[in-house]
Amino acid sequence: MAYGPKIIEHYEKPRNVGAFGTTAEVKTRKDVGVGLVGAPECGDVMQLQIRVNPTTGLIEDAKFKTFGCGSAIASSSLATEWLKGKTLDEAEAIKNTQIVEELSLPPVKIHCSVLAEDAIHAAIKDYQEKNGLAAKPAEQAATH
Amino acid sequence: MTDRPDTIYLDHAATTPCDPRVVEAMLPYFTTMFGNPGSRNHKFGWDAESGVDKAREQVAKLIGADEKEVIFTSGATEGNNLAIKGVAYLYEKAPAGSPNRGHIITSIIEHKAVLDPCKRLQKEGFDVTFLEPPKDGVITAAMVQAAMREDTILVSLMWANNEIGTINEIPEIGALCHERGIIFHTDATQWVGKMPTDVEKAQVDLLSFSGHKIYGPKGVGALYVRRRKPRVRLQALADGGGQERGFRSGTLNVTGIVGLGKACEIAMQEMEKDAARLVQLRDRVENAVTSQLDSCQVNGHPTKRLPHLTNISFGFVEGEGLMMAIKDIACSSGSACTSASLEPSYVLKGLGVGDELAHSSLRLSMGKWTTAEQVDYATNKIIEAVKRLREMSPLYDMHKEGIDLSKVEWAHH
Repeated sequence: MAYGPKIIEHYEKPRNVGAFGTTAEVKTRKDVGVGLVGAPECGDVMQLQIRVNPTTGLIEDAKFKTFGCGSAIASSSLATEWLKGKTLDEAEAIKNTQIVEELSLPPVKIHCSVLAEDAIHAAIKDYQEKNGLAAKPAEQAATH
Repeated sequence: MTDRPDTIYLDHAATTPCDPRVVEAMLPYFTTMFGNPGSRNHKFGWDAESGVDKAREQVAKLIGADEKEVIFTSGATEGNNLAIKGVAYLYEKAPAGSPNRGHIITSIIEHKAVLDPCKRLQKEGFDVTFLEPPKDGVITAAMVQAAMREDTILVSLMWANNEIGTINEIPEIGALCHERGIIFHTDATQWVGKMPTDVEKAQVDLLSFSGHKIYGPKGVGALYVRRRKPRVRLQALADGGGQERGFRSGTLNVTGIVGLGKACEIAMQEMEKDAARLVQLRDRVENAVTSQLDSCQVNGHPTKRLPHLTNISFGFVEGEGLMMAIKDIACSSGSACTSASLEPSYVLKGLGVGDELAHSSLRLSMGKWTTAEQVDYATNKIIEAVKRLREMSPLYDMHKEGIDLSKVEWAHH
């Protein structure tokens, strides 16, 4: 499969790879929201973590780890870049179609962008639940 | 030979380059000796026929057969189809439309060119047993014996597997079949020309293989059809001029056949020396990978396998992501899990690979012109790629933290 230059660039130099601690540690960190989506047998697992400043409500940092193809890695890498500095509402509004457009994902790889959007929603939801914040009646994720 | 400035070729189980000596032998048959071997009354026909005759001897010699027992085909797919359907239709116990026309034994790790003809016969009223090998991938004589029945007419099992290189107990299975008067076919595409072959000792009745896996041209192969003890009959698939003892009508592919013959002659002389070198290269890859990476495994039987091929699974790394990191290495990827563009391997799945630590697998197959330098470059590149991707893999983190991945509730799409 021929990959676009932006996918290759993110795949070769992924931004913000990592985590804010072990699985057990991030579970107890109230300033961190974790989204873990996908399944090994489907060939894609994305873990997206956001660190939120409780005072400003801004996402100060974001990290990812992804098991998957080049497009999945690129989609999650791009998502972490976009998340930094955003409010939770702004982050919630990121659409998979924007990722598709930015990376020029081919049709067979659109599910990678959907997964990245799901991971963003899951991370926000985790943060809100940890902090007793009512989740907004968010729009549902893009069509699967 | 397989040098290209940008890519290293480690996919010889898919196909091999044509040996220049083979090409040289073929060339006159395109131009000056272009005749139809079926033309019995002029020099052009005789020249072509003598080229084919010589090739038939070369092929027969490589497999320990008589030249009259060699049928030229377009390759192993045709050979397998002709052998399996040809036997089924002639040795059937009851005519079409009957509920049980006869019993056939094969295995789930056969090539599609055996599986699909068997599945077609199943639909047409034959009863087919698909043996499931244990995790080491070897089909034993005991397994075959346990599956044999009164109405078994055919056993079709590959000599060596194309994905993991494991070698089945062919001589033992051949003996079993002959004791019971059951026809025995083997798809020997990965075996012939790599390992010594003797259809008499192995008691094989039908054996198919292709030219392009043994440094011959594509589009040509041979089917061995036993003529004595027992004399095997086949129903032809195509009607026509009655070439090849009536088993395979159609003007002979003289250039291809001459090339196949030459490839067999060279294999006869060089395979032993080649195998000794290739096994060292294979072990070199496996030792480097397994000593430098945890959570990886070499698939198939540790010793009962081909010298030039290795299939290695890596935990916590996805197949397509891995292939992207090793773009300059031409090899095959057989993932046991699903991916949008990589077909999961039914062979690895059948062996239970992928249930635990094997999320991606690579098949590396070396050839006559593969060098130690190429192998070392590829090995290092693969090790580097797996390490890098694991640094990015949430599954690897969880594994290291002692989390059982099979117990995690994954959000399935």
